[in-house]
Amino acid sequence: MSSKTMRLNLKIWRQKGPKANGKMVDYTLNEVNPEMSFLEMMDVLNQQLVERGDEPVAFDHDCREGICGMCSMFINGRAHGPMTGTTTCQLHMRHFNDGDTIVIEPWRASAFPVIKDLMVDRSAFDRIIQAGGYISVNTGSAPDANALPIPKENADMAFDAATCIGCGACVATCKNASAMLFVGAKVSQLSLLPQGQPEREERAIRMVEQMDKEGFGNCTNTGACEVECPKGISIENIARMNREYLRAKLVQK
Amino acid sequence: MSVLNSKIPAGPLADKWKNHKNSIRLVNPANKRSIDVIVVGTGLAGASAAASLAEMGYKVKAFCFQDSPRRAHSIAAQGGINAAKNYRNDGDSVHRLFYDTIKGGDYRSREANVHRLAEVSVNIIDQCVAQGVPFAREYGGLLDNRSFGGVQVSRTFYAKGQTGQQLLLGAYSALSRQVSVGQVKMYHRHEMLDVVMVEGKARGIIARNLVTGELERHSAHAVLLCTGGYGNVFFLSTNAMGSNVTATWKAHRKGAFFANPSFTQIHPTCIPVSGDYQSKLTLMSESLRNDGRIWVPKKQNDERRPVDIPEDERDYYLERRYPAFGNLVPRDVASRAAKERCDAGYGVGQSKMAVYLDYASAIQRYGTLEANKLGEIQPSAQRITELGTQVVASKYGNLFEMYAKITGDNPYETPMRIYPAVHYTMGGLWVDYNLMSNLPGLFVLGEANFSDHGANRLGASALMQGLADGYFVVPYTLGDYLADDIRTGSISTQDPAFDEAERSVQDQINRLMSIGGSKSVDYFHKALGKIMWDKCGMARSEEGLKQAISEIQALREEFYAQVRVPGSANEMNPELEKAIRVADFLELGELMCYDALNRNESCGGHFREEYQTEDGEALRDDENFAYVAAWEYGQGKAPILHKEDLNFENVKPSTRSYK
Repeated sequence: MSSKTMRLNLKIWRQKGPKANGKMVDYTLNEVNPEMSFLEMMDVLNQQLVERGDEPVAFDHDCREGICGMCSMFINGRAHGPMTGTTTCQLHMRHFNDGDTIVIEPWRASAFPVIKDLMVDRSAFDRIIQAGGYISVNTGSAPDANALPIPKENADMAFDAATCIGCGACVATCKNASAMLFVGAKVSQLSLLPQGQPEREERAIRMVEQMDKEGFGNCTNTGACEVECPKGISIENIARMNREYLRAKLVQK
Repeated sequence: MSVLNSKIPAGPLADKWKNHKNSIRLVNPANKRSIDVIVVGTGLAGASAAASLAEMGYKVKAFCFQDSPRRAHSIAAQGGINAAKNYRNDGDSVHRLFYDTIKGGDYRSREANVHRLAEVSVNIIDQCVAQGVPFAREYGGLLDNRSFGGVQVSRTFYAKGQTGQQLLLGAYSALSRQVSVGQVKMYHRHEMLDVVMVEGKARGIIARNLVTGELERHSAHAVLLCTGGYGNVFFLSTNAMGSNVTATWKAHRKGAFFANPSFTQIHPTCIPVSGDYQSKLTLMSESLRNDGRIWVPKKQNDERRPVDIPEDERDYYLERRYPAFGNLVPRDVASRAAKERCDAGYGVGQSKMAVYLDYASAIQRYGTLEANKLGEIQPSAQRITELGTQVVASKYGNLFEMYAKITGDNPYETPMRIYPAVHYTMGGLWVDYNLMSNLPGLFVLGEANFSDHGANRLGASALMQGLADGYFVVPYTLGDYLADDIRTGSISTQDPAFDEAERSVQDQINRLMSIGGSKSVDYFHKALGKIMWDKCGMARSEEGLKQAISEIQALREEFYAQVRVPGSANEMNPELEKAIRVADFLELGELMCYDALNRNESCGGHFREEYQTEDGEALRDDENFAYVAAWEYGQGKAPILHKEDLNFENVKPSTRSYK
């Protein structure tokens, strides 16, 4: 454990509101402890900004455990920063060096408009789930949980897809701002489970249509989403979604 | 006579809920269409309630302060959810789950509520599986279980270390389905800042649109608060940064009683504090105590690396003190035992405020089993470690990764360092059996109410309670209340009560914005947290609590003179959001100290130093304190205590022993 502190040069995107023009602003931060998380470093900066009468940098964050999916910074050209399998809140300053310049921007995609500074509006993801990312079962009508055995392998694959935290790193990192990893993960989870079969076709079609309507781009198989996904969601899920969509179109009544 | 009527139905314990459901009033489907319900908070309790009520036909408005209902902090729950399914054939039953929960809560919860919770636990698992929640399964395709602290059966269902996430996403998907058909109108990035009482009934809320700063009025026939716990009063806790008490505190100021506010759960296995910049603490799931062993060196200030300390120089203090339950004692017991060792000078790590959670022997045990399974004869030590590591990774991989990311250490090779941290609050708004507060029409669900966990919550029971309240309790009990409202018609937001509530919210915002001091909101929040942790945390004393009350009062004065909230109120302003929340914490903290001071006994998570046995265990006083302490807001003076006596007709309170 090193107790040596660092001095950092930060270049941060500042934008007053959704319609305002934004710009990069330079800040210098001294005495950054390598044991801090990235967001704690931002807290220290904000604390200093408040104390000297400036406006702190607005950014989304909540659980700080890498699971809620709220944090969303583009750090040195990478979604959630330099480490793989890591959300911004779980990124620690020990991965940076004294004297580094760090460029911090919001997710950039036309389907994710900036609200303020580093905060963006990701409600498009909610609308995609609303279009079909569920199994239609009313409370109280479920059969016994063990009535339907599910092969462990399928359950595990469904789980792996279901770990998506909806942060939007896949969109932010994709040159086409495609949301296919996000959509593919949900389509896969539900199509792999027997409970998801009755609505399988309708779900694939409706979710893909909503995704297109929101203005997300297409997938050109560069695979950047898989690399940047903090939960390691595989692009196999995109392939499965494409198969599900094709199948649905073929059998559509 | 007490002003509190718990409305516990008559009859034998096991029949109360069934009989109650059969006798309460219903609202017919056509009438449900003309009834509005507001649900504040979209975690497990809120999302499940909003979805279920919408499915039934009510018109629901749901609110969350995050950018999506899927972010609620239920998502961070790791270990699992209990249900009395008895799929393991190990003797589990509804009665045992009821008994364990009552005992685990140190006999400070209501029998009837807890029994109902145990009854509906089995329905929750069914419901979640039907929604597509991918619980862990065995090779035969059926659901897997594990065990948690304070119990001797395996009844915990789980999805790796992400059970809360999967359950919340299940509830979120049910909620999303109702949004898509228009039965729920979802308001994200909205924070409730007051409850509106019209002619003595909760009829709406004032919410602030966090993007534009506008104050909005929303009316309904009933208001459900599903806003979680208030652990962030300690500043450092395992709660999310945004978790707050504001919704329930505003309701408290409007007359809702706050019950057992000092009952706080300090979770034994969290990653220790590393510096004063620390913003939150991270939990390592209790499920790790299934296989991990907790120890400290037998020698004080032992500077050796943990792997260099031989077996006979280690003190596995939980196994030593509590042989029957060992590392799986309940949370309050495990936390105090860790504090005791560290205070006595046996702590480890730089701060000396940590103990080891060691997986070395589990890796060896699993490695040997796995080698046997694979038919490998006389495997090398290296091979056993390799196989054992794989098994441990498959069970706890994400937790180990998280630990490695935060600390920079590899927990497969060196023991984890852990220390207790604030995790959950058993206290909350007082509710009756129907989950309604003493304010008519104001219902409180999940962690936000006080109802089921007494003085200590058992692991894997928070998810159970949130979903029980939302899926299976309030859909029934709310109908009974709303049966009077079928002819009411929609509630006008032009009522003077809305004017008055909006004005008071606006006044508070104006006041905070105009102070223009020199200190940040976090400065005050940290100062409050330190007072609370030192004097109203794991150990409390009369003297300390009295000091804390006067220190909090002074801090509150300083806050209103010295805080600086930058920016304006008519825009996205995270500092203003924090200021409003911290203002409420500054009042809640004082109430918690009053409650802790009043309770001259030790029970569950509440440990008064004056009341302990010779060997340092909690000393309960059933004769004088077998009651729920429900506090009425003091309107600037000391809070007023109301007592609800707890009657144990089925379980005889005894001294909890995990030895």
